[in-house]
Amino acid sequence: MFMPSKDNVVLHVADVHKRFGGLHALADIDLQVEEGKTHAIIGPNGAGKSTLLNVIIGRLPPTSGAVVFDGTVLTGKMPHEINQLGVARVFQTPEIFADLSVLQNVMTPAFAKRDGAFRINMFRQVADETAIREEAEHMLDDVGLIDRREVHAGSLSRGDKRRLELAMCLIQKPRLLLLDEPTAGMSRHDTNTTIELLKKIKSRGMTKVIIEHDMHVVFSLADRISVLAGGRIIAEGLPDEVRGDPRVQEAYLGGAH
Amino acid sequence: MSMSRKDLILFFGFSAVVLLLPILAAPFGAAYPDLLQRFMIFGIFAIGFNILFGLTGYLSFGHAAFFGVGSYAAMWSFKLLSTNALPAIIFAVIVAGLFALAIGFVSLRRSGIYFSILTLAFAQMSYNLAYSVLTPITNGETGLRMALSDPRVLDRLFFSTPPGTPVPSLFGMSLSGWNGFFFSAALLLATFFLAMRITNSPFGMMLKGIKSNQNRMNYTGFNTRPYTLTAFVISGMLAGLAGSLLVVTDPLAGAERMRWTASGEVVLMTILGGVGTLVGPVLGAWIIKYFENIFSSFNANVLNNFYSFLPDGAREVAVTVSSKFVGEGWHLSLGLVFVLIVVFLPGGIMEGARRIGARFRRSNARPEARREQLSPTAAE
Repeated sequence: MFMPSKDNVVLHVADVHKRFGGLHALADIDLQVEEGKTHAIIGPNGAGKSTLLNVIIGRLPPTSGAVVFDGTVLTGKMPHEINQLGVARVFQTPEIFADLSVLQNVMTPAFAKRDGAFRINMFRQVADETAIREEAEHMLDDVGLIDRREVHAGSLSRGDKRRLELAMCLIQKPRLLLLDEPTAGMSRHDTNTTIELLKKIKSRGMTKVIIEHDMHVVFSLADRISVLAGGRIIAEGLPDEVRGDPRVQEAYLGGAH
Repeated sequence: MSMSRKDLILFFGFSAVVLLLPILAAPFGAAYPDLLQRFMIFGIFAIGFNILFGLTGYLSFGHAAFFGVGSYAAMWSFKLLSTNALPAIIFAVIVAGLFALAIGFVSLRRSGIYFSILTLAFAQMSYNLAYSVLTPITNGETGLRMALSDPRVLDRLFFSTPPGTPVPSLFGMSLSGWNGFFFSAALLLATFFLAMRITNSPFGMMLKGIKSNQNRMNYTGFNTRPYTLTAFVISGMLAGLAGSLLVVTDPLAGAERMRWTASGEVVLMTILGGVGTLVGPVLGAWIIKYFENIFSSFNANVLNNFYSFLPDGAREVAVTVSSKFVGEGWHLSLGLVFVLIVVFLPGGIMEGARRIGARFRRSNARPEARREQLSPTAAE
């Protein structure tokens, strides 16, 4: 198996195990993601993909092992500290601010980027924050939601909520973006728009880890693919290598986990 | 420090209503300073409570504790420093803020119902401390009041203190009657202005974000704990301000102001008026204080007169039934109104007003609405 040269690695999941009681949800996970690359994690249902993402983002502590991002150990850090280091995440079910307007949804993460994890910013008014507002509007234009900026985010369609959440992550210009099935539940048209968008941000040099069921999405975007089955990485390589790997075919078709 | 046109209109409209209350409340028989002062005081209490509950989404069942602490602190300032109201309210706001900082620090480690229960527990502890344990500070069930023998260091330093029972003042100006009302009104307007600025600031947007989705706030890079604690402390300080004003107008600080019923009352005010709105909590406070005043003054005599048109037997039944809902039992009526509001109008009076407004607009602008429906939505 080809191993990338060490100095290019921005995310290193080092020897991670995760047990839930007797269940070995993740075993022996070693994953290295290179700067600027899109790394896809695929695998059948229950393979441990979301668990792995939760361990990376600090939502679940690993039983053993560590996650290192750009020389900083993420394990044991709070979610907001991990975000402030430049890691953003799109969830499987969109996590947005349903009671705020679409525009406010996108402005909020821009404040986190500018002002840090905590700042009592109560003497200025949101209406005075023209720079952040323009940035947010630009972002909404990118994802095609600019016409809905004043709408309550909770009233958006599921596909639009996903695009909104993506915009909320992208406005922070994260160095690492984690995407948990970003196109699940989208129409083919919306899926293609999202693929185009993700390709566009790839050209800006953002590193991405993406979990996806849709093979069309995976093969359009991924530079490298890891295949997870039964909590273990059973194969890793370039898309073409993975596509032809008999173990992968077995995991998907034979149900051997 | 720019304000949008909408905010300016809202603020000046609100100020006009508050300052004209002595005239506007006359037809309702409420235009006397003692009652209107309570309108101002509980308006401040409700606005402060709404910053925590309405904006941040944390339902505190113990805000009366800060109200009571404000009362005691102001009274001690009257006794030890000066009968001037200004140092008293400043001292009360600081003490209530410190108190809120301590209680908030512990309570905010939990959210939802566990947070509410923690605040309730702290408030009941405070009530019991005030009622019995800390009698030297609070004077127990008798309540704390001013006395001739009080040290009043600042006063005695600069003036020869006048004879007679000391009363609160503002730089020599008496605060009884209408003076007291306008003093409280000025502070209500300041509180309203502050709440408006907070609501429209980036900080306020963060609080709304926490209410809407705390999980997303964390993954967006916000440390939500200090945000909620700040909101809690601001809200506790405003409760302390309200508590101190009550002592300014009625110089007696008692433990019963810290009871859980008092904490529940501010929750009712906020929900009745409209959670998360600026004007709603104030309206809720006014309505509850107004009807408390009306209903609790009813007695069998008044009811007998009211039902005098009925024949004797029917009148007795009507009086017996109605008397359960007025006087001491007016909380029964309040409870019924509250149930109706929560079931049929969960957004409170402000939502009712919005619905009526929307209906008017729809019937006025029907052709336009139809045109809008025909044009395709641009997002698709």
